Amino acid sequence: MNTAMNTAMHTIMGMGTITDMFQYDFMNNAFAAAGIVAVVSGAVGYFLVMRAQAFAGHALSHIGFAGATGAGLIGIAPLWGLIGFSLAAGLAMGLMSERISNRDVAIGVVLALALGFGLLFLHYYTAFASQATALLFGNVLAVDRGTIALLAGLGAITLAALAAIMRPLIFASLQPELAEAKGVPLRFVGTAFLAVVALAVSECAQVVGVLLVFALMVGPPAAAQRLTSGLWSGLALSALFALAAAWLGLTIAFYSDWPVSFCIALLSAFGYFACLAMPGPRPRGEVEFVPD
Amino acid sequence: MTDKATAIELDRVTLRLGARTVLNDVSFTIRAGEFIGVLGPNGAGKTTLMRAILGLMPPSAGRLRVFGHEPHRADHQIGYLPQVRTVLPDLRLRGRDFIAASLHGERWGLPLHSRADRITINETLALVGAEELAERPLSDMSGGERQRLLLAQALIGRPRLLVLDEPLISLDARHQEIAIDVVRQACRERGITVLFSAHELNQLIGTLDRVLYLGNTQAVLGTVDEVITAPVLSALYGTEIRVVRAEGHIFVMARGRDVEHVEHQHEHGHEHGHAHDHGHGHHH
Repeated sequence: MNTAMNTAMHTIMGMGTITDMFQYDFMNNAFAAAGIVAVVSGAVGYFLVMRAQAFAGHALSHIGFAGATGAGLIGIAPLWGLIGFSLAAGLAMGLMSERISNRDVAIGVVLALALGFGLLFLHYYTAFASQATALLFGNVLAVDRGTIALLAGLGAITLAALAAIMRPLIFASLQPELAEAKGVPLRFVGTAFLAVVALAVSECAQVVGVLLVFALMVGPPAAAQRLTSGLWSGLALSALFALAAAWLGLTIAFYSDWPVSFCIALLSAFGYFACLAMPGPRPRGEVEFVPD
Repeated sequence: MTDKATAIELDRVTLRLGARTVLNDVSFTIRAGEFIGVLGPNGAGKTTLMRAILGLMPPSAGRLRVFGHEPHRADHQIGYLPQVRTVLPDLRLRGRDFIAASLHGERWGLPLHSRADRITINETLALVGAEELAERPLSDMSGGERQRLLLAQALIGRPRLLVLDEPLISLDARHQEIAIDVVRQACRERGITVLFSAHELNQLIGTLDRVLYLGNTQAVLGTVDEVITAPVLSALYGTEIRVVRAEGHIFVMARGRDVEHVEHQHEHGHEHGHAHDHGHGHHH
């Protein structure tokens, strides 16, 4: 069963029920990996959208790309290079954030530089070039059990760190001036959050690649915030939407032979625009009594 | 003023922002339960003084005491409404969760709230008349409605001192009256000491106990009749000031121009981006 992984997608085309896809180890692995990553991405992404830091998250994934190709150059697993670089970049961004007056411009310049370095590392390690596509656009069908265990461990660490800073993070995001006066260490919380984002981005890139992390980290939370204005319901819905996009995307890819990352990106965008088209949770200006 | 205890005491305090001296050798005492209107030209140090009281900026000289203690950050006795209010305009988060974020928001861990916390949140919403905002997302609220939530945030946790930095900015006249009423009521009901900075004296005349007028690195605390006089204000502005009283209103004029009104317009030029419900036209 493991041997014909590349052609398996074609041979099972047109076969009966949905359970068929779970006859394949690579599909089971892909569902497990995508499930872990989607929940982490949806939860972390909710705060990324709340803080309007989506661009910073995008930059972290690009910087991670340079780390991944650099790691390949010196013979280390790309995932560790990805984590190392994006984590370092997240910490640096958090610590410098108050000094950079125009953050988007600074992040954009560093983002371009990081992609440039990624290209340079690929240039010197040509055998690695075949993996460039996997890094950029993801290759969840090639995930093995070792990687799943690693993703589960990283996911647990990421969610635990997010849970630890969640309360002051929300306060600092909504009311930074008041939070400072109430004793919230703004810089520490902001930096810790970017470190959490860096971990989430690294995990997310294993499924959809560094270029498409937004499909799981921005689309689902943005859609969730259109549907509910509650904190916990928004957080839960965001994780649920990400999970739905990941698993439905895998299913569509299995039966259509389209790339998995394309299917996930498509569902993410579709979900977001569908929620945009819907009316808001409460009609504007109307006073409504809602029993608690 | 049922309580004779001292809320805030400045003894020869000097506050510096970098090389600039904002307040120089200033002394005054505010009693517990007093409603103090904090006035003065832009840059006179209203925000700086408030930040010092909050413990965000230590004085470079002198002694500053809040309820008998040196000011420190995270003082639960103080409720604060900052002048710079970063409210994300597109935030689709309901009012209740926005308020809840500031209740014990400095603690680590998950933002879980006990039954007592939820009662506090409901009480605070009721206190500022914002019950109907609890379930609505911030992105659908007008400037006045958001302001009421921000006032609720300042009042949450039963503070003994309320520090409100320009709470009337970006509100139209009707919402300004409502905001003043809400603060006055909360203050009287709970015996809270209030520092309320503003550009316009007249709206506060019926509410405030005393005026703290800042200017020219100095501060004068007293009743309206004591402070809003030509000699006192001329010294604070460093230029000749006339005080004109008409029909219960007081106009502070410099060279024939209404000082407060000029600054008020200027401030709106900065702030109108936040306001959704301006009742008046733009006068640029």
